[in-house]
Amino acid sequence: MALPNGIGASVRRVEDNRFITGRGTYTDDINRPGQTYGWFVRSPHAAAKIKSINAKKALAMPGVIAVLTGADMVEDKIGGLPCGWLVKSKDGTPMKEPGHPPLAVDRVRHVGDQVAFVIAATREGARDAADAVEVNYEPLKAAVDATAALKPGAPLVHDDVPGNLCYDWEWGDKAKTDEAFKNAAHVTKLKVVNNRLVPNAIEPRAAIGEYDRASDRYTLYTTTQNPHVIRLLMGAFVLHVPESKLRVVAPDVGGGFGSKIFHYAEEAVVTWAAKKTGQTIKWTCDRSESFLTDAHGRDHATEAELAMDKNGKFLGLRVHTVASMGAYLSTFASSVPTYLYATLLAGQYSTPAIYANVKAVFTNTVPVDAYRGAGRPEACYILERIVENAAREMKLDKTEIRRRNLIPAAAMPYMTPVALQYDSGNFAHNLDVGLKAADYAGFGKRKEASAKQGKLRGIGLSTYIEACGIAPSAVAGALGARAGLYEAAEVRFHPTGTVTVFTGSHSHGQGHETSFAQVVSTKLGVPFENIEIVHGDTDRIPFGMGTYGSRSIAVGGVAIVEACEKIIKKGRKIAAHVLQTTADKVDFEDGVYKDKASNKTMTIAEVAFTAYVPHNFPHDTLEPGLDEQAFYDPKNFTYPNGCYVCEVEIAQDTGEVSIASFYAVDDFGKIINPMIVEGQVHGGLGQGIGQALLENCVYDQQSGQLISGSYMDYAMPRADNLPSFNVSTTEVPCTHNVLGVKGCGEAGAIGAPAAVMNAVVDALAPLGITHLEMPATSQNVWSALQSANKKAAD
Amino acid sequence: MREFSYHRPKSVADAAKAFGSKPEARYLAGGHSLLPAMKQRLNAPSDLIDLSGIKDLKGIKVSGGDVVIGAGTTHAEVAHSAEIKKEIPALCVLADGIGDPQVRNRGTIGGSLANNDPASDYPAAVLGLGATVVTDKREIAADKFFKGLFETALEEGEIITAVRFPIPEKAGYAKFAQPASRFCIVGVMAAKTKSGVRVAVTGAGPGVFRASDIEKALSSSFSASAQLPAASAKGLNSDIHAGADYRAHLIGVMAKRAVASAG
Ligand SMILES: Cc1cc2nc3c(=O)[nH]c(=O)nc-3n(C[C@H](O)[C@H](O)[C@H](O)COP(=O)(O)OP(=O)(O)OC[C@H]3O[C@@H](n4cnc5c(N)ncnc54)[C@H](O)[C@@H]3O)c2cc1C
Repeated sequence: MALPNGIGASVRRVEDNRFITGRGTYTDDINRPGQTYGWFVRSPHAAAKIKSINAKKALAMPGVIAVLTGADMVEDKIGGLPCGWLVKSKDGTPMKEPGHPPLAVDRVRHVGDQVAFVIAATREGARDAADAVEVNYEPLKAAVDATAALKPGAPLVHDDVPGNLCYDWEWGDKAKTDEAFKNAAHVTKLKVVNNRLVPNAIEPRAAIGEYDRASDRYTLYTTTQNPHVIRLLMGAFVLHVPESKLRVVAPDVGGGFGSKIFHYAEEAVVTWAAKKTGQTIKWTCDRSESFLTDAHGRDHATEAELAMDKNGKFLGLRVHTVASMGAYLSTFASSVPTYLYATLLAGQYSTPAIYANVKAVFTNTVPVDAYRGAGRPEACYILERIVENAAREMKLDKTEIRRRNLIPAAAMPYMTPVALQYDSGNFAHNLDVGLKAADYAGFGKRKEASAKQGKLRGIGLSTYIEACGIAPSAVAGALGARAGLYEAAEVRFHPTGTVTVFTGSHSHGQGHETSFAQVVSTKLGVPFENIEIVHGDTDRIPFGMGTYGSRSIAVGGVAIVEACEKIIKKGRKIAAHVLQTTADKVDFEDGVYKDKASNKTMTIAEVAFTAYVPHNFPHDTLEPGLDEQAFYDPKNFTYPNGCYVCEVEIAQDTGEVSIASFYAVDDFGKIINPMIVEGQVHGGLGQGIGQALLENCVYDQQSGQLISGSYMDYAMPRADNLPSFNVSTTEVPCTHNVLGVKGCGEAGAIGAPAAVMNAVVDALAPLGITHLEMPATSQNVWSALQSANKKAAD
Repeated sequence: MREFSYHRPKSVADAAKAFGSKPEARYLAGGHSLLPAMKQRLNAPSDLIDLSGIKDLKGIKVSGGDVVIGAGTTHAEVAHSAEIKKEIPALCVLADGIGDPQVRNRGTIGGSLANNDPASDYPAAVLGLGATVVTDKREIAADKFFKGLFETALEEGEIITAVRFPIPEKAGYAKFAQPASRFCIVGVMAAKTKSGVRVAVTGAGPGVFRASDIEKALSSSFSASAQLPAASAKGLNSDIHAGADYRAHLIGVMAKRAVASAG
């Protein structure tokens, strides 16, 4: 009999007990013997030359141990922070990779750039001393907006990067696309900005660097989503320390949303400084610092055109995007507006020709990198916005234009013109389910009811698809990734039948300790309670590529299954030996081995015990122990997809937008824990709605100061900004992994912005408004209403 | 936060004395404006003189046509006071709309007024209801108390002990919150008092002010259907959340809502 708490059960999250009772162990909760504290001196300027640094006063302050600068790092031959993905311009030249020193040398390039590191006995003492470090700057003009930074004469962020252009990249068939436009009956055009976001994980970043002279080993405790990746990047490229001498621990991590994937300067500085000063050093970011130093997200400006025949059938899509990289190339920055973006521009449609041109630009702002969805929300937003504008221009219903263009389920697997092969999905079905749930047919009545209360009502759709489970190493490698993208797992039976699973995925809110244990419980027939999931420590886990791109269950989960398969196979041999038969005659089901001939059985726990107490194992054919590793490299991406339907109401006197209803229909393939999946969808929708209505990272265009640098000015979505979500799933299993899973972590953040903004534009369309930039704040909507009214009056 | 010494006097007189004897002392009430500023090192007092141990600063009294609120009374106590709800329900509405439950459970009316953040709520109540700020030295009429951006008539070391609100015939408060901080983009207190109609606007300008044109319009008919003159955008704040013209527009909308809700 199958055990409860296996695949498909809404098991309560085991990790929540420690999280909600304050017993989690986050990096800042860890205190090492003799620990000291670090504080960074950061640039107050967006662009400046460093003329001199004088630490004399700081060094004389009580408890101050050292003040380290970029010059010290240069002297120690410390490398720059690397970028993990090589993108080539359309002329074949490699992207520009200017140096990214962990501590600035001669120049600072964004407000918050690290200038010096102060180590002292207390945190406040380090901060006091940091205030006393005298840095003589010569301020320079800053390039702030990416489009402006491309213009001739714009200030240069890096002297060796002409025109601030990192790369000028293209994707798709240009000639074929141009041809499609020639034959078009109608072309819809749209210019959109994808607003820059600050990730705002609830736990600010922190790092502890420790060095043991006896073993010549370093330990870094850090808030990361992928400790092995940090070990590799920091060890090989920055500190030149072999992996064997470097341990990276990512304990409990309070949210990442992408911002904790990257190798940050502070990690390298505390680790290097630990050896240099002989101190164990803790650095904990405060919230203001986190606004100024965590990699930001999005920040695209795009012009898109959609060519159609007279029936609204899509013939071609042409997209030109300018993407800000910020001041330096963060770890995966280059891949986000390219391979994670343009490859998704087909969406759910059978558009035969697509061309994208992307210019990545350096600006004097915080580096921009992957943030929940990473490139895919930008692609979805462009596509779903232009499709609804096209419907309006073609006088087609927004559902009808989609129906005419959706890729039919029968066409799967489907090769898009932007190089992805969708394996599965029934897009039209999701649309049907979504429209029915949302009572699309009854919208007119609801609009009338709203109008009676002086409110404008709109309905918007978004039919999204994303490439997740990142990714097949071969594909990523061919596209310029400098790492493989498999995942590793180890499943270890203990003699008395409990199991520890070591996974290279990392959980920072996703609930892996629960859902992974469910998978193992089902596969091995071991009670859920007897399974422990371990993650986040390079000394304990064989290897790992970490958690991002909704890859944990689809890649990490499958790696665990593969290790389980090896366990079962080994166990079969042991059972055959004990039951005095051969392995091919032994069945395994629900944790029990059975000799088909004799019907004699043995539980997997008994097998495990025998494995560790092998009193009569034949030496040359049976190895003791029950502990297996697997590396899993997927054959393809997974393609979660769905249909979101949003209704908004707009107050005409204030311009306030409120979400009247939100329906999400998602196809995540097979679902391991429905409750966790629902939570992931809620969170993603919250972030997507946040982007659409509230969140906006604003820099002063002259000075490059971050204006929205705290919660006083950066509007995070709160519970009362969100409706009660109606979510459901349709399950079309992924065809190329054994679990049939597609992943669910990013969907909400990818699909929601377009649904909300389509609803806002739908509400405003009767007034002649065809577009509004995110976030649709009351001020923005009111201004749009004002100009529309003025136009009508003229 | 930098180091400081902490004192917790039991009386107003002791607090004032302690303040006078220290180089850079600061009173501490709920700490919900002062502590964030200290954490950001925008403020680094040598001594914090905590007023929360002083009984005389606490409590709500209704007498002789006035509601008197002790300076140390929290926003939550005001929001949930049955006595205030009966006499000036708009004050409860206002207090209940400040920040979040944590802020309301700590923040005080005295701290809010002494701080005089241009986007805070209470100044609209004090000015709109024609209240009197009572200190350890004197009484200050609302019209004389607020001096613009974070400035008040309080002298160095002067302690607000209470605020006296004359009970109006009717008053209503409406706030349009800034989406990030939820302080006021525009907050309007509209009151029909014995001495006439008073309309005070917070959030829109560099400090709370009376909207005399709207007062005039409401004087003939204190009703939501009254025709209100458009507020001028001149001198109003403009930031990433709301331009001056939008704020001017919202003054009209919030004034109407305030009147409509008046009780
Ligand atoms: C997250 C958050 C949201 C908030 N939202 C709002 C909002 O929506 N609307 C709003 O109006 N406010 C808001 N506030 C501010 C809050 O209301 C504060 O509590 C208030 O402004 C200050 O009151 P306090 O008692 O905390 O004073 P403190 O912070 O302790 O002191 C503030 C200042 O007043 C001085 N002071 C205190 N008491 C006295 C006294 N009796 N006599 C003389 N001087 C004194 C102090 O020395 C200090 O300079 C918010 C605060 C936070 C943290």
